[in-house]
Amino acid sequence: MTKTLRALMGATALATLAAVASAETTITVATVNNGDMVRMQGLMDDFYAKHPDIKVEWVTLEENVLRQNVTTDIATGGGQYDVITIGTYEVPIWGKQGWLESLNDLPADYDVDDLLPAIRGGLTVDGTLYASPFYGESSMVMYRKDLMEAAGLTMPEAPTWADIEAAAKAMTNRDADINGICLRGKAGWGENMAFLTAMSNSFGARWFDENWVPQFDQPEWKATLDFYLNLMNNYGPAGASNNGFNENLTLFNQGKCGMWIDATVAASFVTGKDSTVADKVGFALAPDNGLGKRGNWLWAWSLAIPASSDAKDAAKTFINWATNKDYLALVASKEGWANVPPGTRTSLYENPEYAKVPFAKMTIDSINSADPNSPTVKPVPYVGVQFVAIPEFQGLGTTVGEIFSAALAGSKTADEALAEAQAAVTEEMKAAGYIQ
Amino acid sequence: MARALSHRRMWITTAAAWAVALLIFFPVLWMILTSFKTEPSAVAMPPQFLSADWTLENYAEVWARSDYPRFFWNSVVIAVGSTLLGLVIAIPAAWAMAFVPGRKTKDLLMWMLSTKMMPAVAVMIPLYLIFQRLGLMDTRIGLVLVLMLMNLPIIVWMLYTYFKEIPGEILEAARMDGANLWNEIAHVLTPMALPGIASTMLLNIILAWNEAFWTIVLTTTRAAPLSAFIASFSAPQGLFYAKLSAASAMAILPILILGWFSQKQLVRGLTFGAVK
Repeated sequence: MTKTLRALMGATALATLAAVASAETTITVATVNNGDMVRMQGLMDDFYAKHPDIKVEWVTLEENVLRQNVTTDIATGGGQYDVITIGTYEVPIWGKQGWLESLNDLPADYDVDDLLPAIRGGLTVDGTLYASPFYGESSMVMYRKDLMEAAGLTMPEAPTWADIEAAAKAMTNRDADINGICLRGKAGWGENMAFLTAMSNSFGARWFDENWVPQFDQPEWKATLDFYLNLMNNYGPAGASNNGFNENLTLFNQGKCGMWIDATVAASFVTGKDSTVADKVGFALAPDNGLGKRGNWLWAWSLAIPASSDAKDAAKTFINWATNKDYLALVASKEGWANVPPGTRTSLYENPEYAKVPFAKMTIDSINSADPNSPTVKPVPYVGVQFVAIPEFQGLGTTVGEIFSAALAGSKTADEALAEAQAAVTEEMKAAGYIQ
Repeated sequence: MARALSHRRMWITTAAAWAVALLIFFPVLWMILTSFKTEPSAVAMPPQFLSADWTLENYAEVWARSDYPRFFWNSVVIAVGSTLLGLVIAIPAAWAMAFVPGRKTKDLLMWMLSTKMMPAVAVMIPLYLIFQRLGLMDTRIGLVLVLMLMNLPIIVWMLYTYFKEIPGEILEAARMDGANLWNEIAHVLTPMALPGIASTMLLNIILAWNEAFWTIVLTTTRAAPLSAFIASFSAPQGLFYAKLSAASAMAILPILILGWFSQKQLVRGLTFGAVK
């Protein structure tokens, strides 16, 4: 009798354990390898303490590989991922396609109204929020205060391109291996074309007119490219056509750039422990040309749920945790305010503690000055500041990026590059059916 | 005089061989050195060697941030599994082509090899869909099948070359003694071609270990091998070259050791039949 009872009790215990085990939901999160994402993976104990019934498995990939894998999976309805890390380029396109789950029903403590309007706007399609921003960024000028002072110049808080050229000229010292300015030159829609498209907005240029006709044959693009090439040829580093974010970061940290115009997220790197000029860096808004638009971009790495996920509730729970105000406080308590993912919430920039971070104000001012729905001076039929949110843009941007990078390398003139870009984009837009 | 000339020629040839070997190995050497540097030291210009800041921190961080043993085990299973399965299929195929050739055997061999010239990305979507439908996504068996198919032409070609060197009379004698097809292949042909089979196996394990397209596209977490492990340390924004180098060194070290100890077989396999 006792034996039978023991056996029954044992069986019950096992069944209970099995039931508990089967109640656990596993979600797969696909993400990129950057400081903020790595930090989040280190803080998962907090999530598990609050949600012991959800297990998170990470797939960390290089940005382009992640984009390829996630696009393939989502387009084929694969359901390999429950949470994906995507940018402001993908969200409007994928949201419209019905590939993403709506996040309009996140709990009240998520406080959707606290999201920065510019960032929220870029992640919303027809009133539906399709992704929750994990960190947002714009671009700005990072400059060497000591070199500016030595040149007898002061960087305005909101410089013009003429100010930038004057500063680049004054700071260039080839004997000391100091380049007045470092900018992206490496070909790619997310590399040189992110910079040049944002820059062209401040020159009044646009990729397409209201009827989707390419505009590279217009004077605004010529002014943009001429200015960029002159600036880089006269005051930029050698071999600039191979330089992307990381290469310029290396040059700047080694004291070889007077200025660098790039992502606001770089601020924490150039003032960090790996920088030899950490205490000499100043920040300013991206330049303008007096036309009412600045040359800064807007980007947010955001978390979204593919429509094919079979663990949507658990995925929403995770997204709420990772992009909630409480998460920012958690990071601040463990790693300090300077390491909090920036650029997503209004409350962060109202926090007096965060206001002490040297690049906080410039980051929020840069983000607020970008408008993805009205990126340039003239009207456009597309959304996006440094990209055009149409599926064809990855290919178009890379093609034009290669042409402009070749112009920077000196293998073609600005006029030749613009004519080639116009022809290539026109052909592609005709093939895609946008124009006749 | 002739002896001095021959001696000098030997020195020149040896020096040239060392120079070429060092040139080829230099990127790997530099990667290993970088893995022991701090991040600023890793990207310093001009490149630092003796003056670099050396550290083991990169390895510690890479180990702490990822489940290396799981990636490693997946690589072992996928590389060895796909090679063994490939051999099981390729040995009879190569036997048939070497000893019972038909009019189209050469064409068939060329066609098999031509499939290697097709860019993998061209069949990505169809294969992805097939894997989804069959429930093979993120499974080791799925990758074993894909890598086996990918390397099968090379395995067949190499074995065909070895088998052609074995006199057909020996197999004929075995048949005369009453050996059936299985006994002929398993107990006569295979033992005689063992060195060739071993070098084919080694080369294909290396090819499968280093494969970094399908292993990343068709896996997420459970079956991801060391190629996915390396990819997880690549970053477009931020300087993580030293950590990426440490991850790469950890990924290639097992296969580097295997290659080192089996270099004789590998060289023999790759040069077999080259001089007649």
